[in-house]
Parts: sequence; C-alpha cells; structure tokens
Amino acid sequence: MSTGTVQIALPAKRRRALPGTLVGAIIVLGASLAMAFFPGLFAPYDPTAFDYNAIMQAPSAAHPFGTDNFGRDMLSRVIHAYRIDMQIAVFATTAPFVFGTIVGALVGYVGGWAEALFGRVVDAVITFPFLVLVIAIVSVLGPGLGNMYIAVGVIGWVFYARLVAAEIKIQRRLDYADAARGMGYGHTRIIFRHLLPNAITPAVVYWMTDMALAILLGSSLGYLGLGAQPPAAEWGVLIADGKNFMTTAWWVSVFPGIAIVITGLGFSLAGDALADLLRVNR
Amino acid sequence: MTVPMPGGGLKVRGLTTTFVTPRGRATVVDGISLDVAPGEIVGLVGESGSGKSITLRSIVRLVREPGKVSGQVEWQGRDLMAMSEADLRKVRGAEIAMIFQEPMTALNPVLPVRLQIEENLSAHTTLDRRARRQRALELMNIVGIPAAERRLDEYPHQFSGGMRQRVMIAIALASSPKLLLADEPTTALDVTIQDQILKLILDLRDRFGMSVLFVTHDLGVVAATCDRMAVMYAGRIVETGTVAQVFAEPHHPYTRGLLGSVPRIGAERSMLLSIEGAPPGLIDLPEGCAFHPRCAFATDRCRAERPPLERFAAGREVACFHHRTVAAMAEAA
Repeated sequence: MSTGTVQIALPAKRRRALPGTLVGAIIVLGASLAMAFFPGLFAPYDPTAFDYNAIMQAPSAAHPFGTDNFGRDMLSRVIHAYRIDMQIAVFATTAPFVFGTIVGALVGYVGGWAEALFGRVVDAVITFPFLVLVIAIVSVLGPGLGNMYIAVGVIGWVFYARLVAAEIKIQRRLDYADAARGMGYGHTRIIFRHLLPNAITPAVVYWMTDMALAILLGSSLGYLGLGAQPPAAEWGVLIADGKNFMTTAWWVSVFPGIAIVITGLGFSLAGDALADLLRVNR
Repeated sequence: MTVPMPGGGLKVRGLTTTFVTPRGRATVVDGISLDVAPGEIVGLVGESGSGKSITLRSIVRLVREPGKVSGQVEWQGRDLMAMSEADLRKVRGAEIAMIFQEPMTALNPVLPVRLQIEENLSAHTTLDRRARRQRALELMNIVGIPAAERRLDEYPHQFSGGMRQRVMIAIALASSPKLLLADEPTTALDVTIQDQILKLILDLRDRFGMSVLFVTHDLGVVAATCDRMAVMYAGRIVETGTVAQVFAEPHHPYTRGLLGSVPRIGAERSMLLSIEGAPPGLIDLPEGCAFHPRCAFATDRCRAERPPLERFAAGREVACFHHRTVAAMAEAA
C-alpha cells in the first residue's frame, strides 16, 4: 500500500461450481464418443489386419495392449469397439426410455384398471431375471445386434414405465394438477406439459444408469455369441476371444474388460450428475 | 339461499357429493343449494372438514375418484352436471376459474410464469402469440406484480407466497372469467398480504363485474369482502343471509358459536367462547341434527329429526328448530 493505490477486491462473479461427477462424466463420455465417431484418429492399426509376425505379443511400445492370436492390435480393437458398444448403450435404451415414459405417464394418470393391468405386466417381467429373459428372446429371434435391441426393448420399457407411473401418481394429486384441470386443459396437455416434466427426473437418471447396464448386457451377449458377431470388434466378443488364452495372454481379455468398466463408470457418473442438476430447481 | 336473479349467475340445487370408503359411505356435501348472482361475492364458511372445499370443487366436477357428485349446477342457464367432459373444459378456466389455498403448490414448478399465464390464453382464446404475450404482461400489472416485464420469465419458486397468489389470480383471470371460485385463497398468507389479496379480489369484482364464491373459515375475511354468506356444518348449509344480517343476528347455534369465537374491537372485554367438541365424522353422522351433540339448545326433537333449511325472512334461511330462541338470546347478550 506504500504506493498509495487502494486495491478493491472485486466481488468474484458468482458461479456455481460444476459438480465433480459431471466433470468426470463429461471427460469419460466425451472421450468415449470421440472414439466411437472417429476410431481411425486414435487407433494406431487397422483393427482387422492380421500380423502373423506379431501373434499373442505382450503389451509393448509398439502394441500397448498387446496382440491377439491373429496378431491384431488389441488397442486398435478396443478403440474400434467403442463404436459398437456406445451404439448399444444408446440404441438399447432410448426406445425403452421413450416408450416406457409415455406408457408410464398414461398408466399413472389413468390409474384404476390401467394400473391394475400394468401391475400384472410388471409382475410377469420381474419374475424372470432380466438377462435370462433377454437371452431367451434372442435365442428365439436369432443372434445379432438387431435382435438384441428388440429383446431389450420388449422388456426394458417396463422399468421406465414403472418409475414414471409412480411419479405421475404423486404429481397428479398435487394442487397444480387440480389447478390445470380447473383451467379446463385437456388430458394430453395436463399429462405431457404439466405432469411429465415434474415426473421424468428419476427416469432420466435411470436412463443413464441403464446405458451402463446395456453395455454390460451387450458385452455379455457378445461373449455368449448372441450379440455382436465376430470378427466385429465388441468388448464382449473380444473378451470371449481371449478366454482360451487367459493364462498365457491375459491382455486379450483384460483390456476390453477395463474399457467396459471405465465406460460404465462414465454413465454412472452422468446419472449422478443429472440427479444433482435436476434437483436444483425443486 | 335462493334469491331471484336476473339471468345467468350460478344456481346450485341439491348438490351432493359422496365418497365410498372402506370404512363406509361419507356424504361430504349433502344437498347444498345456493345462488351466486352476477357481481356478487358469496362467502361459504365452516370449520375444517365441513365440506366447503369439496362443495367448490363439486360445482365444476373437479372431485376425484371415488367421489361421486350429483344434483344440479346451473351456470348461465346450462347444467354443468349434464355437460360432456369436453364442453365442461370450455367452461372451466374460461367462464369459471378457480384459485387455491396453497400458492406454493398450485403453480407448476417447472414452467415459467409467462407460460402458465399464456397457456390459459391459448386454451381458451383465439389470441395470437404476440397478443398473448401482451395480455400476460397486462394481467401481471392488473394483479399488482412489480417489475412484471422481468418477472414474467421467472419460475414460481422465485416468487414469494403473496406474489404467487397474485400469479395464480392472474392465470385465473386470463380469459376474463365470469365466476371465480376461491378456495381459501388467503389462508396461507400473512395478514398484511391477505389484506392486499382481498382488496385485489374486491377491486376485480368492481372492474370486471365478476362473481366470486369465496370459501373460508375466517369470519374476518367474510366480513371484509362478502355480500352474502352461507354457513356450512357437516356437509350441509345451516344458515344463510347477508353478511350484515348474519353477523348482527345469528339464528343457528353453530353460527352463534362461530361468531362468539372471534374477538371484537370495542366490545366489552369478555371470554372468547369456543364451540365444545369436534365436528362429527362424515361416515357416521349423528341422528337428527348433526350439530346436536355440541349444541346447548338441543332437545329430543333435535336428536330424532333433522331440521330442514327453511326461509324465515327475506333472504334468510336457517336449519334449526329453535332458531327464534337462539336469535333472542343473541339479542339479549
């Protein structure tokens, strides 16, 4: 202060700190999407190119994730698998989310017989383990990604519908719902404009978590040979490729597994971050 | 409460609402008849659980399952009870608007105020986008929200309780309704805000010739705003008249009890009287007059027979066998 100038602390612009979960989700999912859209930019080799001079090589500078029994570069295969696995995450969950939300909103709003009927559907679905049911449907329809989406869609919407129906049931009893009816608004307007925006949060959060589960499911089916078909690079398929060499070439199975864990973590973080963000305005 | 009135007001006859519950059948609104003339403010008074809010909702058939509404509600010559759901929707919000007790919960939390006002306009008027925006702003000014232009884009949680109630009134007024059904609109507000809202409602009545059916348990509010009043007990109307008449000369012991429990400025200091006992459960109402277990005037006849609501003077009705005695007592006191 000897110079006589007075320093004024300007009030820092008030800014809400981004939640850590959101930062994590953005980093992981951003990187995942980048690799899904532009695998060529990241993969050092062609994922399907055989190299008989480099079979089953342990991780090294030339092949950071090692090579498989055909000498294919595992890093490149794991990166190219992002395309299929991210696609599974989105495709296998979006249709159930949309359809389940609409059905759930209607069931919750109508109540009575609709709820009773829907309750039986829920009972029927949750009686079976999800994975077993999906495997049963896929084995009837035939293996492949398309049929996997169908199988997941046929069952998955029930869980979204159940969440939304419960939430709509609460919302429709609140004063603002009565007020909307008192204003003479039609049912469609009340359901989709007034109730649903207040009721959809749990479904959106579950949607994110479900994407992680969908990747696990896709990998499981890929592993069992019911999902993506070789030689396509898909993490479950990659793990299955390596299962015979677990003791001699662990890297073939382990690196795709790590990719699954990290991507799943990204979606879980996104779910948590959304739950936090969507609660703010309450 | 039947006064001859010129043309279309609200005419309710024998309105009955029952709920079938696992514990039995509850008649929450039991054969209510009342009229609201154009430009008139009628107060519907009673304790919690006397059925006054359900009465209000029954008028526009806003009662949820398992509630069943019967009777006749004539609005400008049309029977609302016989109307199709689609036709009724054109009446609700457009001709008959409703405001609720809890301004904290009666607005949609996720929509900005502007949308909620404009929504009523797009549902019930043919105004285009621009006109709707303009009308929304005008309504915010009518209900006295400062900095209306800026506040239109805010969400309900950014408003205080009194301001939210104003927003709700603005939404209700959007399509210039002829009748406002007000369900304890000031109960959740503190008294200074309450006074502002009441003045606003009176002012709107004067400016737009709107009728108001005002449900409240607050006799002070009735005295300050209403022209006529109806006192409800256990789902029935037990006394009607102009506010001045009823306050000056209550004819039903229950009304007398209600008035006795309100402190008065200027009167000699005296104990406030409370009404002994609690309102009866609506599933097993007492035989005869529902009020007899709490009534000092009750006789064997009251216990056996239910007194009908009868006219005893111009514009005055009461449902009590001993109303002359009650009125005489009031005068003596």
